[in-house]
Amino acid sequence: MADLSSNLAGIKSPNPFWLASAPPTNSGYQVMRAFEAGWGGAVWKTLGTPIVNVTSRFAGLNYKQNRMVAMNNIELITDRPLEDNLREIAECKRAFPDRAIVVSLMEICDQHAWHELVKRVQEVDIDGFELNFGCPHGMNERGMGSAVGQHADLIAQVSEWAKEAARVPVIVKLTPNITDIRWAARAASQGGADAISLINTINSIIGVDLQSWNPIPHVDGKTSHGGYCGPAVKPIALNMVNDCARDPEVRIPISGIGGVETWQDAVEFLLLGAMNVQVCTAVMHHGFRIADDLVDGLSNYLDGRGLRSVSEIVGAAQDRITTWENLNLNYKIVARIDQNTCIRCNKCYIACEDAAHQCIDRVAQNGSAMLVVDEERCVGCNLCQMVCPVENCIDMVQIDTGLPPESWKERQQHQSS
Amino acid sequence: MLGDSIHRPLSPLEVKLEANRCLNCYDAPCTHACPTHIDVPGFIGKIATGNLKGSARTILDANPLGASCARVCPTEQLCEGACVYNAAGDSPIRIGDLQRYAVDYAMDNDLALFEPGAPTGKHVAIVGGGPAGLSAARDLRRLGHAVTIFEAKDELGGLNTYGIVPFRLDLDTALWEAAQVIRLGVNVRTGTRVGVDVMAEELLGRYDALIVACGMGSVPTLNIPGEDLDGVWDALDLIERAKLGHELGDLGSRVAVIGAGNTAIDALTCSKRILPDARVTCYYRRGESQMSAYTFEYEFAKQEGIEFRFFCAPTRIVGANGRVSAIEFVRTSADATPIAGSEFTAAADTVVRAIGQGRLLGTLERLGVAHDGGVVRVDASLETTRPGIFAAGDCIFSKGSREAMVVEAAEQGKIAARSADAYVSGSHG
Repeated sequence: MADLSSNLAGIKSPNPFWLASAPPTNSGYQVMRAFEAGWGGAVWKTLGTPIVNVTSRFAGLNYKQNRMVAMNNIELITDRPLEDNLREIAECKRAFPDRAIVVSLMEICDQHAWHELVKRVQEVDIDGFELNFGCPHGMNERGMGSAVGQHADLIAQVSEWAKEAARVPVIVKLTPNITDIRWAARAASQGGADAISLINTINSIIGVDLQSWNPIPHVDGKTSHGGYCGPAVKPIALNMVNDCARDPEVRIPISGIGGVETWQDAVEFLLLGAMNVQVCTAVMHHGFRIADDLVDGLSNYLDGRGLRSVSEIVGAAQDRITTWENLNLNYKIVARIDQNTCIRCNKCYIACEDAAHQCIDRVAQNGSAMLVVDEERCVGCNLCQMVCPVENCIDMVQIDTGLPPESWKERQQHQSS
Repeated sequence: MLGDSIHRPLSPLEVKLEANRCLNCYDAPCTHACPTHIDVPGFIGKIATGNLKGSARTILDANPLGASCARVCPTEQLCEGACVYNAAGDSPIRIGDLQRYAVDYAMDNDLALFEPGAPTGKHVAIVGGGPAGLSAARDLRRLGHAVTIFEAKDELGGLNTYGIVPFRLDLDTALWEAAQVIRLGVNVRTGTRVGVDVMAEELLGRYDALIVACGMGSVPTLNIPGEDLDGVWDALDLIERAKLGHELGDLGSRVAVIGAGNTAIDALTCSKRILPDARVTCYYRRGESQMSAYTFEYEFAKQEGIEFRFFCAPTRIVGANGRVSAIEFVRTSADATPIAGSEFTAAADTVVRAIGQGRLLGTLERLGVAHDGGVVRVDASLETTRPGIFAAGDCIFSKGSREAMVVEAAEQGKIAARSADAYVSGSHG
């Protein structure tokens, strides 16, 4: 069986699945239950100056019959006393010494305040800190959370203050609500952070109630924008994680966050450069028990590929992401439709006809119309395959163009020389 | 019992899951398979978005009889049979149930979904207020023509109202559906028989066009001795009286139904529901595979406790004290020929004839339209041999052609309306 143990900047856990700092890590009771269910680590819900929360805090985005393909929240950091949290953190660590307990922190941009908070928290036995520079609602209005994460100089400065006092590794959690995540990641690295974690939630409004015209969720008729997360944000998170993983100026390990629900999601994050993953929404949807398949599925996947440890896949595909100018212009694929499994729903036909390149023909055959791709005209866009409801019915087949690989960049160079 | 629908309505969750399971095929085979060409993916998509009014309108726009068709259509032979999920080895979308859900919304909220067209000054008469006549009337009103329906019965709806058992199609639905047509401003003369209460000459002279949608007549006699005994029924009379809640008298404890078509199944299951302890038996001179009843009807009847006896033809109804006491049969061979010496007798208190329907020859003769043994002769536009007279529904149904279904009658009503419109507008032919 493959070795699933993980080491993020010196923070060790028996598997790469951590709970993200969020409602599921609000209390010792919850974290104990999570560890019993098999989670490798937990990032405790953010500690800081006590706050009050509003009621009506979460809202789900449903797609057709699927509930919670994403959600948002307007909950703030912990609303429980610091002493209670610290006592419970110590109890969890005593009960599960092999699991990673990382404590999320948030404080105003003041060196002394940060030093005091770091020192106070590390009086109990913890494995690391995560600095919350990502929370995009409420706390940012008070100059914390994403208000820090949106300024490279503040990220570097506060990371430095935390590092001055910290005896354990410091992770900086980044907000995606910026133009280029690499600037924030580089600043964390420059400030001495041992690792970064991303993404925090995305500014969002889930929707409006069509009857009352109240936003969803609403607090007595109003809302503020919330933080968006869950399966629908995964592609955004994968891109940002990979951007940081490939950046030569970041050079610190990454904890991947954003829409991880299954072991497959986790494998994608790891392949694109994350050292481990953090999960929240999937637990909010299904409970801690999903850890079983996360661990079991990853283990079977690695075994099935003959890999000995999870570290072998970390970053293994990260350099397959490049810029467009490097893509091979002479690579050609076309769609082929398997007539034996085609059910004649014509979804590929209408998608190609109305939204792509009009290269699927309906050919009369035994009273129905067979769908046939005009391979000369097919541009290999994949749309037909995407809309086809039958698994493996439409295959994208590589065609030998007889031409050597040539990228746009190379073509420009050839033409200018 | 008698009024307990055999349908279990979909729950709101089932509706959501099923509506969203629809693939929204392009040029969808379900729409092709529907005789009225309802935009099935369209109405299902509207259910999925919560646009139930729009969904009901999409259905009823294509099929004015969408409420009854959602209940009585043999969907596994039509839309659901054509669903692409069948080819994938999955169960088809429950199109009939979804249609029912959407139209029930319109019915429960009594939504007026259509409006009459601007008056054209033309007036079309329709003989018969059943599915075909109502369908034609609805579309003619939307085109702005005045319409008068002549109906022999006291209520509109034809077989939907009188001839389909209430647990498959309840009276309220049949009457609501008719009322939707009438609210567009249709003149209705119920209790009016052509040749008795209104003369054919009047119909032919006073209106700009005429649509014959008179359906068929009563069940023919078996032409065997003993048919005049008490306890011998026409299946349609039995169903009608049961559906309207009229007195049926003593049916005894053994009911024999002769025939194995749709109406026979209705008579059988209706009798069983009225007399749960009775022995209700179907006798048919051919075999299981030749029954004209649908497979689902046959399966339903068996589940209801009906017994089936194939390859036997009645030869005599035996009476005692003026009332049915038994029925004599002869066994038949594969081609329905009697086998000499194979006679047997079965005890029976009630005998129900369900061997198809007779033709309304008198009406057709009075209207002067050519017919073949009571089947009105029409061209593709459903025009009869007399210009300006069109025909639709069961009166043009001939065995071996299309099926005598409500949904076919609805489509024919639409076609006849279109043709009559072209005729009165002077763009005919």
